[in-house]
Amino acid sequence: MLGFVIQRLLQAVVVMLVMSMLVFAGVYAIGNPIDVFLPANATQEIRAQTIAAYGFDRPLWEQYWRFLVRLAHGDFGRSLIFGMPVLPLILSKLPATLEIALAAVLVGTLLGVPLGIYAGYRPNSPLARLIMALSIFGFSVPTFWIGLVLILTFGVYLGWLPAGSRGDTVLVFGVPFSFLTWNGLQHMLLPALNLTFFKLAMMIRLSRAGTREIMLTDTIKFARAAGLSERAVLGRHVLKLISIPIVTVFGLELGSTLAFAVVTETIFSWPGVGKLIIDSITSLDRPVMVAYLVLVAFLFITINLLVDLTYATLDPRLRRGRTA
Amino acid sequence: MTLPPALVAFWDDFRANRVALGALILGAVIIAGAVLAPVIAPQNTYDIASLNLMDARRPPGFVGSSGYVHYLGTDAQGRDVLSAIMFGLRISIQMGLMAGAIALTLGATLGVAAAYFGGRTEMLIMRIIDLQLSFPAILLALVLSALLGQGKTQLVTALVTAQYAYFARTAHGAASAERNKDYIEAALSTPLGPGSVVFRHLLPNCLPPLIVVATVQIANAISLEATLSFLGVGLPVTEPSLGMLIANGFQYMMSGRYWISIYPGIALIALIISINLVGDQVRDQLNPRLKR
Amino acid sequence: MTAPLLAVEGLTTEFATKAGILRAVNGVSFEVARGEVMGLVGESGSGKTVTGFSILGLIDPPGRVTGGSVRLDGQELVGLPGGAMRAIRGKRIAMVFQDPAMTLNPVLSIGTQMGLAIRAHANMSEAKARQHMAAVLTRVGIPDAARRLDAFPHQFSGGMRQRVAIAMALLHAPDLIIADEPTTALDVSIQAQILAEVKSLVAETGMAMIWISHDLATVSSLAHRIAVMYAGRIVEQGPAVAVLRQPRHRYTSGLLASLPSRAQPGAELVQIPGAPPSLTALPPGCAFAPRCPRADRACETLPAMTREGQRVHACHHPVEAGEAA
Repeated sequence: MLGFVIQRLLQAVVVMLVMSMLVFAGVYAIGNPIDVFLPANATQEIRAQTIAAYGFDRPLWEQYWRFLVRLAHGDFGRSLIFGMPVLPLILSKLPATLEIALAAVLVGTLLGVPLGIYAGYRPNSPLARLIMALSIFGFSVPTFWIGLVLILTFGVYLGWLPAGSRGDTVLVFGVPFSFLTWNGLQHMLLPALNLTFFKLAMMIRLSRAGTREIMLTDTIKFARAAGLSERAVLGRHVLKLISIPIVTVFGLELGSTLAFAVVTETIFSWPGVGKLIIDSITSLDRPVMVAYLVLVAFLFITINLLVDLTYATLDPRLRRGRTA
Repeated sequence: MTLPPALVAFWDDFRANRVALGALILGAVIIAGAVLAPVIAPQNTYDIASLNLMDARRPPGFVGSSGYVHYLGTDAQGRDVLSAIMFGLRISIQMGLMAGAIALTLGATLGVAAAYFGGRTEMLIMRIIDLQLSFPAILLALVLSALLGQGKTQLVTALVTAQYAYFARTAHGAASAERNKDYIEAALSTPLGPGSVVFRHLLPNCLPPLIVVATVQIANAISLEATLSFLGVGLPVTEPSLGMLIANGFQYMMSGRYWISIYPGIALIALIISINLVGDQVRDQLNPRLKR
Repeated sequence: MTAPLLAVEGLTTEFATKAGILRAVNGVSFEVARGEVMGLVGESGSGKTVTGFSILGLIDPPGRVTGGSVRLDGQELVGLPGGAMRAIRGKRIAMVFQDPAMTLNPVLSIGTQMGLAIRAHANMSEAKARQHMAAVLTRVGIPDAARRLDAFPHQFSGGMRQRVAIAMALLHAPDLIIADEPTTALDVSIQAQILAEVKSLVAETGMAMIWISHDLATVSSLAHRIAVMYAGRIVEQGPAVAVLRQPRHRYTSGLLASLPSRAQPGAELVQIPGAPPSLTALPPGCAFAPRCPRADRACETLPAMTREGQRVHACHHPVEAGEAA
């Protein structure tokens, strides 16, 4: 097992290097950021000075090398817009995103798996058809559109819930969280709901497909022949069998939700990393873009590794063990 | 003209699902509306001269200065929303199909090549594909379209990059399952050679799953394009796709002028849902494991 | 004569398919006495497995038991509500399937799966349950059973897996076990071991068994009585020795003649020509007639069950004593 982890970590390092190179080259190929944040009346001299100060006059490979060296010291550079180091900037926005992403994936899974199992168990019942209609809907409707409708319905028309910003937060170990205050929770509800729709649909489809196939197997027939209640058949046999793909998807979805949050955060002005990256894309804030993408790549590699490890513990066939 | 019996049976099975049949008809109507937009749309929304600011932001049913009824209202420039939707659909569908077709070709080529050559080539290709698949498509598309700038070509490039990996994985799965069968080994040693193996055996076997993936991915591409255009990093303002129509109307939504955003949104959703429903049915029919 | 443990009468099971109604089990009747092993023999698709599932009420839609009765100690099982039927499954009638690799859940340990089967019918403490499981596993010949409870199915060999499946069927000491080709997926040497094991189990416990098989050879070594199925119907039934020595139905004699062990060395193997009919398009008369060398106009009507002492057969032209099959 340890060998497996080490091998994967080495792979991860290589992948990270390649990713950072691609991202670095890609991001630096576009636009001239100097024009964005220098006042229009800046003299040629100030211009040249600023360019030199940021090292933009150096060849690309040298800039990349400097970037790597700084990165080794945990320094991602400074934001051109915010004028502060990038890493603390991103980390300060992360809790807000994590909060809604985690809420969305958790709710989507806890709700979607039982619904999906039911829909796969009784595929022809009216309720199953309703569940599937819901999932097709959640799967098809773009996230930004659901966000608009949520704002329009609950924020504008009914006026029940706030539709922007984070609301009151509470510091936990110095990190602000919204879900601990009533006001914050209210602010969180719509963005989290917005993100949940897709996850819910995904989990329903996944659990339904798995359950439908498992229900036709001899394993289920054998369990029934032993007199097991349907509850035990579904709750123990089916749930355990579908839990393997579900855990995989749960991990990957958690990662992709952090990315999807870009859309939701923009619509709801939720001050997370998604909003930050959109803002830095439009303002050509290169260091933030590079750092964000490298961090996301890192995040995904970590999640993939964790998923693989969980996989191995969940599926006894993958565990190396004795055979009779 | 007689159709092959397998196709007739497939169509009979498909028809039996009324929801899927309804989706197919709805999708056909929407696509027909988009294709025929220049002929049947009440207004040519590209023709600036036909716009009248006096008609701007009027609710559905308003009779405009040019004398016809704006059934779905008008937008901030006085454009007929129904016409804007029909022309917007053209762009959205065009982007979806182009991205889908290119991603399919690229992905299928890579997937089949990996399965055919095997060994290190296969490992390298599939490693890259897997890596990319673990990355959310929307983020990839977002960053790419931000890097490449606005434009149709740029957008299609971004969509293809975000999606080709799904096709490659699917094609590779189907092709390598077939590749490992004995008869392929036998066929390879005949003078017919590799070309016939790839085109007669590997590709036809990948086709059914690829068709299913293609329907889903075209729907995804349309949705992704709308999202990017909504965020302002997709198409330029000169190409008002559905996403942009929705974005343009967003600011008026708060003041109760819902129709500018809502109707394009409904058209977009109807299109995506109908494609997905058709795709779902086709996938169920092609899934051998659900047959008894 | 004592009342039979299981009495099946006119059992009919149908499946609604696109091609029409498929009658997989067509008016099947037989009885199983306590302690008796009854061999249910037929080609694949003859309806023997569906018969087993019908007895247990395990027919999934689009299939349905549409007629007849199944009585266990006089209690009617057909139409029994789900809960009452569940109380019988695994407790009074247990079933063993063909392929243990397909029936055991690959992601649950043996102990977990057996535990679920125990708790389906009994309230037992965890410790007692494990003790019981280990005891039953030991009885079917699994060494070091207590420790193996935490192992997963893939850690057992094919033969051992089938022993586990048999142990699961034995957990509640049922009156009847329906064994559906339990040795077919196994190596021949393992088959023989399991057969011997099952034989002694039946003798020790006095439970009854329906042994479903396409293989007359294994059935002949085990069964007290044999019922031969063809196209959803029982065509011949009687004491094993009599049926094997002196088959009356021409399908049975054909099956026996095609056994490789019966062939003279060097002689060509005998085959039954043709293939079983489609169950959606059965001929109106004897279903075997299209493949039967003796078929004539009489066979266009359905042959009635003819009783001869302890045995029955449904053939217009039964094989006579001394006649070469």
